[in-house]
Amino acid sequence: MISGTAITEIGGAFDFDEDGPILAMEALCKNYQLGSHQLRVLREIDLTIHSGEYVAIMGPSGSGKSTLLNMIGCLDRPSSGDYRLGGQSVADLDDDELSMIRGARIGFIFQSFNLIAQLNVVENIEIPMYYQGFSERESDERARELATMVGLGDRLEHRPSELSGGQQQRVAIARALGNDPLIILADEPTGNLDSQSGSDILTILDRLHAEGKTLIVVTHDEHIATCAERVIRLFDGRIDKEEFNKKR
Amino acid sequence: MVFFRLKRTIKLGVKSLWMHRLRSTLTALGIIFGVSSVIAMLAIGEGASRDAQEKIAQLGSKNIIIKTAEPPEDQSSVGQQQTLREYGLTYADAERFQNGIPDVQVIVPNRRISQQASYRNHRVAIEVIGTVPWYPEISSTRLKFGRFLSSTDMHYKQGVCVVDERVVKELFVFDDPLGQDVKIGADYYRVVGVAAETSQTKGGDDLETKDGTGAKKAGGANVGGIYVPLTTVKERFGEMSLQITAGSGGTLERVELQEIIVQVRDINMVMGTRRSLETLLCRFHKKNDYEITVPLELMRQAKDFQRIFTIVLGSIAAISLLVGGIGIMNIMMATVSERTREIGIRRALGAKKRDIVFQFLSETLLLTLSGGLLGILLGSAVPFLVTHFGQMRTVITPTSLVLAFGISAAVGITFGLYPAYRAANMDPIESLRHE
Repeated sequence: MISGTAITEIGGAFDFDEDGPILAMEALCKNYQLGSHQLRVLREIDLTIHSGEYVAIMGPSGSGKSTLLNMIGCLDRPSSGDYRLGGQSVADLDDDELSMIRGARIGFIFQSFNLIAQLNVVENIEIPMYYQGFSERESDERARELATMVGLGDRLEHRPSELSGGQQQRVAIARALGNDPLIILADEPTGNLDSQSGSDILTILDRLHAEGKTLIVVTHDEHIATCAERVIRLFDGRIDKEEFNKKR
Repeated sequence: MVFFRLKRTIKLGVKSLWMHRLRSTLTALGIIFGVSSVIAMLAIGEGASRDAQEKIAQLGSKNIIIKTAEPPEDQSSVGQQQTLREYGLTYADAERFQNGIPDVQVIVPNRRISQQASYRNHRVAIEVIGTVPWYPEISSTRLKFGRFLSSTDMHYKQGVCVVDERVVKELFVFDDPLGQDVKIGADYYRVVGVAAETSQTKGGDDLETKDGTGAKKAGGANVGGIYVPLTTVKERFGEMSLQITAGSGGTLERVELQEIIVQVRDINMVMGTRRSLETLLCRFHKKNDYEITVPLELMRQAKDFQRIFTIVLGSIAAISLLVGGIGIMNIMMATVSERTREIGIRRALGAKKRDIVFQFLSETLLLTLSGGLLGILLGSAVPFLVTHFGQMRTVITPTSLVLAFGISAAVGITFGLYPAYRAANMDPIESLRHE
């Protein structure tokens, strides 16, 4: 019902093909011009991810992880090649359309949580819903529900500065779920956390996967990689290796 | 939905501004002072202008006032102990105006003498205004009780008078003035009417120095005017007066009329008639012993002055608002770069560029409009204080309030747009990486 609202807001522009892959990249390249020198960050990436998958993207620094993450998150446009998200080609959307597609289809989780300091827990969770045009009552109700779901039911009115790192990341997860996205995109979700909080976060991600959400986690932590079903290793802007973990 | 967004945006704006209370207040101060100075200046200007306009309007916009003026001392009189000086407007002048100038509708010749009036044991300094029965036609003087002077009074040189309200207050504390006899100079006059107070009789103060003898000795300015038939005044007071000057003894002066007020048929004829009057007077008066006042001209001058005044005040206010606006822009630029990361987060979570523009613009507007409201409050208090302590008339017009509020909104939009635009055009990836 909530995704229904989101789609209506976007209008008929995005037709979602239920049976096809959620994410499909074909020969995707990204180049940056540095003076006269052209830096090729992503080279001919072919990647297909289906609904309900739990994918880890790994690789050393400079391998193009962050750029690929920005690409998947529709924060950037490819230099060449095609990227289809939920059947919708992203390569030639304008800035507003990219914003809409981010707001409707992607749930972001960041390494440094990225909560807004002057807003409390509920208000932070409401942000994506606000830009999707949820009504006040609807978004407030849903934000409280989600906060309770990640175990912050007793911290609803707290500011980020009054929460621990693990709690802040849980708020971020709740925020990522607000608009019922196609993909939850996590960038080093445990990178700033102690091991206990980190494993709490991984447990929540596992639970989300079990509920059928599609998760893409960018990390260089091998431990996270073992949680995922599928590990994609990047090297020098190419997909170097792909591994499938056994279902646990 | 739009309403919900607006409400949320305002709520968010208030939160952000509240987080930096001191900074917000200091920033808003520029607008507060700018707006309050606009309002205060306009109120003072408007009050002064209305005061002037009212005073002039009381003189009558279709009137031309010709007053006797003491001519510059001529050689023959210097050094002589006592001479007879003859100058000023005459009955012949009035007649010539009547016959020689076509557009003249009413002519009122006046004689003004400073005197003492007494009733029972009350004495006051007053001005005797010897005038004609049609005086009310050209004046803003209104009768409160009784009647004005009649042509019969004129013809028979009756000892009757119409007293000013202020005189009534001084002389007849408890009695009904109608029918009472007032002693002016050496004679008694019966009160037939009471006239409402006007500023024209106040204006008579400056004449007092010229032909004032009795009242000067009594000390203090006269408190009001008493209207007496012109013929009666001519008969009883004559046309001579003794001018006492320090050291050289006294000078006898002979002045027939202190003023002639001419009313023309139409307001468009005022300036033309003024020129004709001047030509005519020039021919018969060798000495420069008269001055012509045209209320309409004064009114125009007052309006011109008011326009200049408004332009000057407006420029000062505009500059202060400009400075305030630049201050706001400066702070908003700082706010935007301080909140780069927030902008990145919002963009990643689905905010369009226009959402960001809207957010920062409404924050600036919130700042300037609340500054504007406080400015209106402060700006309305200042004229009140000026009136109370400075004895100056001030008028706060609703237009000035609307104008001030509109200006603060305009300042908010003008100086908020660029920072908001800068915020919206930040690269989301870069801003997310921003520390």
